[in-house]
Amino acid sequence: MSLTFELNLSDNLKPDAASSSFSELQDVTIIGAGPAGLSAAIYAQRKGLKTLVVGSRIGGQVLDTSAIENYPGFSSISGEGLVQQFQNHIKSLQVTVEQLEVAEISTRDHTKILHLTDGREIRSKTIIIASGSHHRQLGVPGEGRLKGRGVVYCAICDGPFFQDRRVMVAGGGNAAVEAVIDLAKIAKEVIIVHRSQLRADDILIKRMQQLENVEIYLETTIEEILGDTMLEGIRVLKRDTGEEMIIQGDGLFIEIGYQPNTTIFQNTLNMNEKGEIIVDSLLQTSISGIFAAGDVAESLYKQVVISAGDGAKAALAANDYINHLQIRKEHENASTDGRGQSTIA
Amino acid sequence: MQVLTEEVKAQLREILALMEKEVHLALFTKSGECPTCEETIAMLDDLKDVNPKILVHHYDLEENQQEASDWGVKLAPSIVVLNDQKEYLGIKFNGIPAGHEINSFIKTLLEVSGSGTELPLDTKERLEALTVPINIKVFVTLGCPHCPGAVEKAHKLALSSTHISSEMIEAQTFSDLSNEYSVSSVPKIVINDQYEFVGDQPLEVFLEEIEKISMPS
Repeated sequence: MSLTFELNLSDNLKPDAASSSFSELQDVTIIGAGPAGLSAAIYAQRKGLKTLVVGSRIGGQVLDTSAIENYPGFSSISGEGLVQQFQNHIKSLQVTVEQLEVAEISTRDHTKILHLTDGREIRSKTIIIASGSHHRQLGVPGEGRLKGRGVVYCAICDGPFFQDRRVMVAGGGNAAVEAVIDLAKIAKEVIIVHRSQLRADDILIKRMQQLENVEIYLETTIEEILGDTMLEGIRVLKRDTGEEMIIQGDGLFIEIGYQPNTTIFQNTLNMNEKGEIIVDSLLQTSISGIFAAGDVAESLYKQVVISAGDGAKAALAANDYINHLQIRKEHENASTDGRGQSTIA
Repeated sequence: MQVLTEEVKAQLREILALMEKEVHLALFTKSGECPTCEETIAMLDDLKDVNPKILVHHYDLEENQQEASDWGVKLAPSIVVLNDQKEYLGIKFNGIPAGHEINSFIKTLLEVSGSGTELPLDTKERLEALTVPINIKVFVTLGCPHCPGAVEKAHKLALSSTHISSEMIEAQTFSDLSNEYSVSSVPKIVINDQYEFVGDQPLEVFLEEIEKISMPS
């Protein structure tokens, strides 16, 4: 066992002591501390906005990735390493990150309210939702019963349990192919099963094809996960021939994409059928002053660099919103107190 | 042997400056084959240097049977976290808390030193209603980024209730035990060897599973 220490604690471990910092009205409150949330925080803080990040896991899903090879500036970096860079960056800007859980959001006039699970409230002029996504489930018989009993969702967490065993990976994107490459180092045999053609990056597919202990099944759907108390195999259907077969194995890693973390917003914001928050070109949601960035927002592509870009865009849009809000308020005041228009100009 | 790099030590020095009271760590090892024992000894040695409020006591699993049975230690290496009065709080780490698990270990040290966070009032009330002993096992791997969250929650519950004890188990070092509990995915949480779930679930899920034992329907 190689010994490393992946220290990933924020400096703000005493929320009670810091609670006064969020009793005041915030300019921007960001829900989520993954690449979208942290990038938004960097932009907002640099604009001089009073910025608060609410999130439990700094780095988010980047932490679950063993290597990232498509983020500009890093030809190859571990997920952990990239998160460390993010963390150093937000630390240098003294961004406040609070480990709090949001139960729901609401609006009161122009003010947005975040209701926390502990009963407290955060008031903010704008909210950027960057709560990310979680692993999608396959939704076939046996999955629920065998979850954690051979059906697994995190290759870097659970790979070690399958040393010298035969494992299967469901999926055809980058995450699935990366899981195959990682697992091939530990497991005796790795079988990748995907319902259509691989859509992972060519460079990854080539790397996988070179591995001797990898078998690839395309145009193959998983119909059922087999096993009584532990996973024993999967029943699949080959779509081209209509032939059914059973593939035996000890583990099934499910890497078929992600489901946005948007349940707490479903009564407040408009969403599409995938549960993603619908946004306009400025990443504004159905409520003005509430923005969504990264995996939670409606978009076809989910990438670290896209999330970071979204975060920047949302923060700039939030800044514009606040400026316009200011002008609008001054305008309202000016027209009600009747002291003329000079305050607007 | 030094296991913590100077860089990690510097970060820890900053974070552990928040420690209020002393924390005693009872480290159990054993002679003969004891995978990761040496590394765990070295890690705690390094930690002593980081903050003098961390006090380390060495025990042998076979020779110090009294202490082992008082604190329910059955594995080595195992770290029992005791408060400044050297009182047992029901929490331990079986196996080295390295990799991602250093985060739950450091958080636990802060909690025990009196620099922790408060649980919501309704959670406290639910814990006060407990009447039977509850043991929470959290199986982890060191490469698992979700695991520390689950360990922190289990330990927090144990610290908040005298009825609850909680232990982290590093699944690779104790592979026989993880086979016995059919661990193939981490974090895996087992309550009183009866109920189990997988993943760093919200505190609510921990409470619901605990209440299944405490208040059978």
